[in-house]
Amino acid sequence: MTYLAKPKFHHPGLTKNRLGYTHRDYEGKISTLCAGCGHDSITASIIEACYELSIEPHRVAKISGIGCSSKTPDYFLGNSHGFNSVHGRMPSVLTGANLANRDLIYLGVSGDGDSASIGFGQFAHSIRRGVNMTYIVENNGVYGLTKGQFSATADRGSKSKKGVTNTDNAVDLVAIALQLGASFVARSFSGDKTQLVPLIAAAIEHKGAAFIDVISPCIAFNNHAGSTKSFDYVREHNDAVNRLDVLTGREPISVDYAPGTVQVVEQHDGSKIALRKIDADYDAHDRVGALAFLQKHAAKGQIVTGLLYVDPDSEDLHSHLNTIEQPLNRLEADVLCPGSAALDKINASFR
Amino acid sequence: MPDQSPISSVNDFVVRFANVNGSGSASANELFARAILRHGVPVSPRNIFPSNIQGLPTWYEVRVTEDGHLGARGGVDLMVAMNPQTWDKDVAGIEPGGYLFYDSTKPLPQTKFRADITVIGVPLTAITNSTYTDPRQRQLFKNIIYLGALCALLDMDPKLIEQLIGEQYKGKEKLLSSNVHALHLGRDWALQNLKCPIGLRVRKADAVGDRIFIEGNSAAALGAVYGGATVCAWYPITPSSSLADAFTTHCKRLRHDPATGKAKYAIVQGEDELASIGIVIGAGWNGARAFTATSGPGISLMTEFIGLSYFAEIPAVIMNVQRAGPSTGMPTRTQQCDIIACAYASHGDTKHVLLFPEDPAEAFEFAAQAFDLAERLQTTIFLMLDLDIGMNHRLCRPLKWDDARQYDRGKVMTAEMLDDGRDFGRYLDVDGDGIPFRTYPGTHPTKGSFFTRGTSRDRYARYSEEGAVYADNMQRLLRKFETAQDMVPRPLQANAAKPTKYGVIYFGSTAPAMDEAIQLLEARGHALDRMRIRAFPFHSSVASFIADHDFVYVVEQNRDAQLRTLIVNENGIDPVRLVPIRHYDGTPITARFIADSIGEHQDQLKLTPLRKVKS
Repeated sequence: MTYLAKPKFHHPGLTKNRLGYTHRDYEGKISTLCAGCGHDSITASIIEACYELSIEPHRVAKISGIGCSSKTPDYFLGNSHGFNSVHGRMPSVLTGANLANRDLIYLGVSGDGDSASIGFGQFAHSIRRGVNMTYIVENNGVYGLTKGQFSATADRGSKSKKGVTNTDNAVDLVAIALQLGASFVARSFSGDKTQLVPLIAAAIEHKGAAFIDVISPCIAFNNHAGSTKSFDYVREHNDAVNRLDVLTGREPISVDYAPGTVQVVEQHDGSKIALRKIDADYDAHDRVGALAFLQKHAAKGQIVTGLLYVDPDSEDLHSHLNTIEQPLNRLEADVLCPGSAALDKINASFR
Repeated sequence: MPDQSPISSVNDFVVRFANVNGSGSASANELFARAILRHGVPVSPRNIFPSNIQGLPTWYEVRVTEDGHLGARGGVDLMVAMNPQTWDKDVAGIEPGGYLFYDSTKPLPQTKFRADITVIGVPLTAITNSTYTDPRQRQLFKNIIYLGALCALLDMDPKLIEQLIGEQYKGKEKLLSSNVHALHLGRDWALQNLKCPIGLRVRKADAVGDRIFIEGNSAAALGAVYGGATVCAWYPITPSSSLADAFTTHCKRLRHDPATGKAKYAIVQGEDELASIGIVIGAGWNGARAFTATSGPGISLMTEFIGLSYFAEIPAVIMNVQRAGPSTGMPTRTQQCDIIACAYASHGDTKHVLLFPEDPAEAFEFAAQAFDLAERLQTTIFLMLDLDIGMNHRLCRPLKWDDARQYDRGKVMTAEMLDDGRDFGRYLDVDGDGIPFRTYPGTHPTKGSFFTRGTSRDRYARYSEEGAVYADNMQRLLRKFETAQDMVPRPLQANAAKPTKYGVIYFGSTAPAMDEAIQLLEARGHALDRMRIRAFPFHSSVASFIADHDFVYVVEQNRDAQLRTLIVNENGIDPVRLVPIRHYDGTPITARFIADSIGEHQDQLKLTPLRKVKS
């Protein structure tokens, strides 16, 4: 349970990143999720990505909604402020936090119930506004905490653990994110850390709304035959279009797959992504093409993963609102209050 | 000649304009009200409008009142009947001996009039059509022409109206001269063809002073600017939209960096009220001063988040411009009907701070103060406006700001304090006032971070479902609410000239009508001590005021006597001692209504000995 203390000692030979931090400095409390939960792998990937990027943990704000996935921010970046807010409302809370202080890194963690059902609207509108964030959906197709009801991302025709067949169509959050103008869209699988870690790192470096849909099997309620979100099913149907490395002027994140065609994408902050094409036909700069590709492959039962779209010239909500560079939460009366002389003039205009 | 002698009154009468909305009458009518102010005579105007953009009836009422009674009076002395749709009702509403002003271009049958009023016909359409050809011009200038005719009929100084037009169209000479021309067209016609002035007259006085004429929503928005709000998230809803609009306008003028042009604020129109309050809470959590403006239906949607703000202790300001509920209710009619909904918003045990401004000046002050209170108390503060204050121009004292004033950012632990070894427990009551310290996200690399959650946790923000830990936290929240009692604006008390066993409690927009009602009641021999409540939690003086009187009337604008319920509940008062006076038809409460209701009850008390009433 979370109130159990995690031992603080660690191996003296643990490697350190550029800031001198070890992996342990990016960890949080002990997970209370089921043993083998896909979400814990995503937690590990977030830790890995932040370590590799040498992010100062306390400069990250972790915000979530309600559900199994939304509990996970407690399990990574223990020196960051976290906010486990209201079911389906992570996007608005994150938007407000981001408006208050544009200098922090915003990591939104949500689930499929949280983002595709109760919070579908907030998911959509935060993407529309281009909030500078990394929005991760830990997608398992079920409500785990309430024992296995279908969520809105469950595929039509898939079976629940109790044997019920889902007759509703599934929400594809990746397609929606693309359609609503997300400037970074990816899909991955919790069981494929080599693909997921660099995607998370690239999303963090991205300026604008970065969305990652991570299929994350629910070991307790959605890992059976007939499920389309089980470990076996996702492994069999995973169609990765590319692999990427994140180059931040330092060592690239080590990945262990064979090189294909490599395309270097420079992001707004100067960071670079090395994109290795697996599917030669796939163009990660073509929003319209991406949508068509997704639909075509979904119809064949394939789960397209990888970096699906990135706009290197993206903007964010702060640029739309033309806000000052200084975080709004640091402004005081000397800057914010127009003073009594201005008020006298205002009074005169109301006479 | 009417059968009733015509009303004769100087600087004390009510004019009501009946128009069709979307016809451009609003600006002409407002010009009329402002012109009277320029005579040094106070006015109290009110918009009475439907939830619609074009084509439905709308009224604008101007109470001319040298004595400065700014509440609605009731009754109409001069009806400017420009809307055939509402003609019959409008004519019926005129006081006996009153006046009817209408467009006489087309003759109307005698049955359409009343014998006990003075009928004044001006062929407005004929005058307009002979002067203008463009249909839109005809429509707009017709309004100015009737204003010109009224200027002659009420003996107003045309120079003062010209001056106002000049200010309005400064730099737009063509519009300026054509408006002045239209004004004189109407005035000249009236002077040549009618007996001017009528019994109702405006005479120059010196009763306005340095007061300003402003809508409560605009004043509250200015309070947010002065109070340091940097994040505003809102969703359009009548009657609060003009508050967010005003904040936008004020910020554009007052909050851009002169060198870079960059904005020192962020305004987001949310996709709904849930998102609006979510953005406010996210910003408040992260140390910015944030608010939303909404009305009843928005409050209903926001309640889950309001509970989070209470329990996780996150500053937020909600400006609730109340309208008649429940459900969609009457979106364009006023009430004070969200008292209970806001005081106890959300599931579980919650209590929230409410501020009740009486007019735009207090709306400005309380709005600015709300941000200090929100950060000091780390919770949601409600500014309880209503449509009557929010969407009408009200004469009030000038807005004031003390340049020495700093923002109270509350108990925030900094990196230096953490490095000094201060014990940081997010929910630790270090000072005994129930208020813990918080840290802003990103404060320190290794100290002071915590996990904010709506679930139960211990004093160090660690998740816990232990009964004792939960109860400890809930008790501290109560302590904090007690602390709030001495921070919020205190009630104002005014005693009758002679000792009395009776008192009256009122709040918010009822104030001007109450002040006038006290005079009416005194004239009828009823003396009352009065207390204007300005905030919840109630100050201890509320309970002692009630204890000092046999009966206390509680005057409010809702059906269920919500403030009375709150007083009874929070102070353990015997309900029999609080007599409810409730006005809830969606119109603003009037002095006549209050005086009649209280007077009737007082008369009954005098007839029957008190012990018989009680038994």
